[in-house]
Amino acid sequence: MGMEYSEREVDILVVGGGTAGPMAAIRAKETNPRLNVMLIEKANVKRSGAISMGMDGLNNAVIPGHATPEQYVREITIANDGIVNQQAILAYASNSFQMIQRLDKWGVKFEKDETGEFAVKKVHHLGNYVLPMPEGHNVKKILYRLLKKNRVDVTNRYKVTRVAVGKNHRVSGVMAVDTRTAEIVFIKAKSVIICTGAAGRLGLPSSGYLFGTYENPTNAGDGYAMAYHAGAELSGIECFQINPLIKDYNGPACAYVTGPLGGYTANAHGERFIECDYWSGQMMLEFFRELEGGNGPVFLKVNHLAEETISTIENILHTNERPSRGRFHKGRGTNYRDDMIEMHISEIGLCSGHSASGIWVNERAETTIPGLYAAGDVACVPHNYMLGAFVYGEIAGLEAVKYCEDMRGEETDKEFMVRESERILRPLKRKSGITPYQAEYKIRRLVNDYLQPPKVTRKMELGLRRFSEVRDDLEGLWADGPHNLLRAMEVHDILDCAEMAAVSSLYRTESRWGLYHYRVDYPEKDDDWLCHVQLYKDGEGRMVCKKIPVEPYIFEPDAGEIQAYERLRIVTKDMV
Amino acid sequence: MATASMSVKVPVSVDADKCIASKGCTVCVDVCPLDVLVIDMNNGVALMQYDECWYCTPCEVDCPTHALTVDIPYLVK
Ligand SMILES: Cc1cc2nc3c(=O)[nH]c(=O)nc-3n(C[C@H](O)[C@H](O)[C@H](O)COP(=O)(O)OP(=O)(O)OC[C@H]3O[C@@H](n4cnc5c(N)ncnc54)[C@H](O)[C@@H]3O)c2cc1C
Ligand code: SF4
Ligand code: SF4
Repeated sequence: MGMEYSEREVDILVVGGGTAGPMAAIRAKETNPRLNVMLIEKANVKRSGAISMGMDGLNNAVIPGHATPEQYVREITIANDGIVNQQAILAYASNSFQMIQRLDKWGVKFEKDETGEFAVKKVHHLGNYVLPMPEGHNVKKILYRLLKKNRVDVTNRYKVTRVAVGKNHRVSGVMAVDTRTAEIVFIKAKSVIICTGAAGRLGLPSSGYLFGTYENPTNAGDGYAMAYHAGAELSGIECFQINPLIKDYNGPACAYVTGPLGGYTANAHGERFIECDYWSGQMMLEFFRELEGGNGPVFLKVNHLAEETISTIENILHTNERPSRGRFHKGRGTNYRDDMIEMHISEIGLCSGHSASGIWVNERAETTIPGLYAAGDVACVPHNYMLGAFVYGEIAGLEAVKYCEDMRGEETDKEFMVRESERILRPLKRKSGITPYQAEYKIRRLVNDYLQPPKVTRKMELGLRRFSEVRDDLEGLWADGPHNLLRAMEVHDILDCAEMAAVSSLYRTESRWGLYHYRVDYPEKDDDWLCHVQLYKDGEGRMVCKKIPVEPYIFEPDAGEIQAYERLRIVTKDMV
Repeated sequence: MATASMSVKVPVSVDADKCIASKGCTVCVDVCPLDVLVIDMNNGVALMQYDECWYCTPCEVDCPTHALTVDIPYLVK
């Protein structure tokens, strides 16, 4: 077989141009303009990623006068049930304010009060961290302008499939495929930064529509699979992402916007049942109980608010982030003034932006492979959200610059390139077979059947068996052209993520993080499991896990604060 | 192995009178994160080719002539 791929070479390669990726590329180039920095993106950087239509607020801003880094580190330590590397959270918290100032200077619009100060709101259990962005729809435009200004090499419509590692166990480049022509390229790089977002196409939404996910469905879990196959460690995979969303629409309602204006999550009687709307596993467990119990379903209630407040809410929710919310409500005849909005829980996903599943990184965004960095939803820094993606994008960009300044690139095995290009092209070479749509539907339906919490040991074991049968079926996967080849490659990523989710969930024999890891056979939290679970590929190519201790805390959370999160349910008269 | 194709109603519609794809516009095709839009060369109009839509609306918002409308996909509606 002849050469089926071309080759290119750069210094720093950023994979994924959503939120963290553009920041990494811009800051790397600003720091050392002589370096050749490429941003490679599956979609188009102009409108890609979770923030393609902007955002309606920062969920976790640490702004002097409202919160301190120490407070924030303690809050997230508790929200993530003790399993955090506090150094990594602290690096975020300490850089949060300078990043907000940087974005503000670049022209991103945050809400300010009459005196020109940032108008921070309280949504979390303990501290004040939410900074609204009612005019946040232009974030991507601003990032795009800076990418152009700094001469970042933007390469759109390529799906990166694998990260290559050289003989000295350092990163050496990536394989990627053009999603419109199916041409394959090997890009040699001294340093690679993975910013590919969440594993958003893991569970099947209850609508049955594969692309009606909470996350932007371009994020199929590619980065998790790439890191795994390259030999990096992942962590907290068993801490699933599950969100409270508008039923069927499957987007946020969004309590962080409505909460500070007087809206709240209510049961069928219109009563509050949780103390605080900040998304955590503990909150989701209460949500799940209410939904399944006699008081369900669950609603977002704003119909008691004044007309002026409701118009403000509509204006924010229907122009930012997920703007088609408005037309969905209209189609169903739902009006915020009269009706409560029916809510539901999302399909499962992997996402450190909202919970904790990700590629293992330290406070310098380094993975366990030298030269390989990760930032944003795909990197394990719990509850990082959008500002965390920006902060860690910056950290990764700056660290990558330092790393490659005195580095010569690693060589990659030709055999790796040949093998990978053959793997990519296989579905195109068939004349018929299982379509990516069928394979994806089946895997994601199995994920719902066997992995959706409450987690049951026997079910997860069966799930693993079914996944391995589907893996055999994928030998017959067929793509009729480049677009379906992209989907076929994603099917492999989705299956890898499903297997990771099952393996790490089975490994942790306790319950933790509320609904995210609620194991019916091990219903209690167990202090023996106050540790990270690392998932990786062993020498024989098997998917395995190991425990590593939680690093000593810098700030010890106090008992009263811990109880606050454990007591999220409002104590009603009949419960006392 | 035999295969069959199945028709579905797609969420994106394009007003052929307003669309200027025949003059070279490809804005909606360029911005769509799921890459599901194409230009129908025969008619010079944008078209949704795959029912894989996040109802996210950049295609509609960025269209220079307001030719394109995103509806909520039928299964989600
Ligand atoms: C609906 C929604 C609402 C949210 N609301 C808020 C909020 O109000 N406040 C807040 O702070 N946070 C919010 N978040 C979270 C926040 O948006 C994310 O944490 C953050 O944007 C993640 O950034 P990222 O760079 O990791 O991922 P993304 O921005 O999703 O970028 C990932 C990019 O990688 C690309 N990619 C994926 N795979 C590949 C591949 N194989 N090759 C090349 N490119 C690839 C994708 O196309 C995408 O552009 C919300 C998220 C969602 C989905
Ligand atoms: S709504 Fe979003 S996913 Fe659907 S066609 Fe438009 S840009 Fe593409
Ligand atoms: S952006 Fe509008 S005018 Fe341009 S091709 Fe698309 S539908 Fe036609």
